[in-house]
Amino acid sequence: MTAPKYTTNEIMTIAAARLLKNGAVCFVGIGLPSTAANLARLTHAPDIVLIYESGPIGAKPAVLPLSIGDGNLAETADTVVSTPEIFRYWLQGGRVDVGFLGAAQIDRFANINTTVIGDYKKPGTRLPGAGGAPEIASCAGEVVLVLKQTARAFVSKLDFVTSVGHLDGGDARRRLGLPGRGPVAVVTDLCVMEPDAVTRELTVTKLHPGISKQQIVETAEWRIRFSPSLEETAVPTSLELETLRDLEQRTKLAHGTHTAG
Amino acid sequence: MAEIKSLREAIAQLVRDGDTVAMEGFTHLIPFAAGHEVIRQQRKNLTLIRMTPDVIYDQLIGASCAKKLIFSWGGNPGVGSLHRLRDAVEHDWPLPLELQEHGHGDLSNAYVAGASKLPFAVLRAYVGSDLPKHNDKIKFIQCPFTGETLAAVPAIGPDVTIIHAQKADRKGNVLLWGILGVQKEAVLAAKKAIVTVEEIVDDLKAWPNACILPSWTISAVCCVPGGAFPSYAHGYYERDNRFYQAWDAIARDRKTFQAWIRRYVLETENFDEFRRVLRESVSQGVK
Repeated sequence: MTAPKYTTNEIMTIAAARLLKNGAVCFVGIGLPSTAANLARLTHAPDIVLIYESGPIGAKPAVLPLSIGDGNLAETADTVVSTPEIFRYWLQGGRVDVGFLGAAQIDRFANINTTVIGDYKKPGTRLPGAGGAPEIASCAGEVVLVLKQTARAFVSKLDFVTSVGHLDGGDARRRLGLPGRGPVAVVTDLCVMEPDAVTRELTVTKLHPGISKQQIVETAEWRIRFSPSLEETAVPTSLELETLRDLEQRTKLAHGTHTAG
Repeated sequence: MAEIKSLREAIAQLVRDGDTVAMEGFTHLIPFAAGHEVIRQQRKNLTLIRMTPDVIYDQLIGASCAKKLIFSWGGNPGVGSLHRLRDAVEHDWPLPLELQEHGHGDLSNAYVAGASKLPFAVLRAYVGSDLPKHNDKIKFIQCPFTGETLAAVPAIGPDVTIIHAQKADRKGNVLLWGILGVQKEAVLAAKKAIVTVEEIVDDLKAWPNACILPSWTISAVCCVPGGAFPSYAHGYYERDNRFYQAWDAIARDRKTFQAWIRRYVLETENFDEFRRVLRESVSQGVK
């Protein structure tokens, strides 16, 4: 039997989905994190609880939301609360196990920039900004990041720290009294990185099949470290791939049916 | 008590140049019709507050209505950038735009503080973040009981809050449901509030825990069916994702944007006519 063919985007989403445990309470950002979280729900983690910052708790969308407040999230949720309540009782209240986020830029300690490229006052590129990420990054039990790996995204020094990872490393989070454990994994289209147990610097622990160390080195500004016990990401199963493709196909059909006006 | 009146009258009477205005709705129930009316009446120097500026504020910023934006996430949801917002920030076009930037948890707490008439909100956030370095409204305080460091942000108290909801009754009591965002807090935090609704009915038939804004918390209620388009009104119509996608190309170019605002907003009488002209253009294949 030959292994199924898949794209780098697909293995990124699948590798991220695998990190979510069944029953976990997961605060989900829009885009890649939402795709991966719903893939987890539709495969190995049917009892995962998905919380979106617009208010739905326990959302089970039939198609992926295009915006973070799509009606399908409300219709399929266990309950829908106000946005202040989401942040006050549920996130700050310590009821979120995993914050699942994307980022425009990250550094070696998984600090996140989603604000500007360049100077804040006169930015080269103005990015959308924080959203709920600063509060998620500090309060969620742990954080998983998903983003494509490029040298522009994996930088030596962030232009702006929007949301904190492990700050300058070591026990910085604990010293500053941040409630959550911070990032436990960064999943890219090339590999999975995890913070070193002591320094908290991101270390490649799994290479996706067919990816070389050289490709990783070339797509990060800093000198990336590799774990001595480097593993290979398991090839996507047909179930994972079919479920993901089915979900994306349903989404495409659902979001393409309205005409402006 | 809320007066039931036309949107044109409500904006003319209640929104003034230089006001601080919040138009809320978290991707759901975004008050687009009211935003257009503010553009049509060419209000200037507004301080605009909104957690997610969305296409509605992209339009107001590009149409020279705003001098300052207080926000927490400024993208076109599911599409990409808000090009008019970016052009204002990156190139001061059409006017420089002062930014006061927060996170969602922070702004939603600041609305709660505003509705509670407290001077500030307290939350656990921003330790290690650069946001407080660029926003002097974010401060840190010590908990007087435990000594924990917490963030403090000033309460939001808009001159006017504008929201869209599903229904009002003839007395002006308003019912909304689905994704509620911060609309209730934004109305209660404001000095004046305008609510546009899909329909006005004899009886709201609301269940006991429904989200109701009593008539006496609102200044004006305006019946504007479809007034949240291209966002959605739960139970009435869905989000027009294609409009959000089409907006990317319209807003990317200054001239295309200006022509769009002229044709569809400034040269239309009201939101109904905007919808009619837009439908005709789409059916003729014109953008």
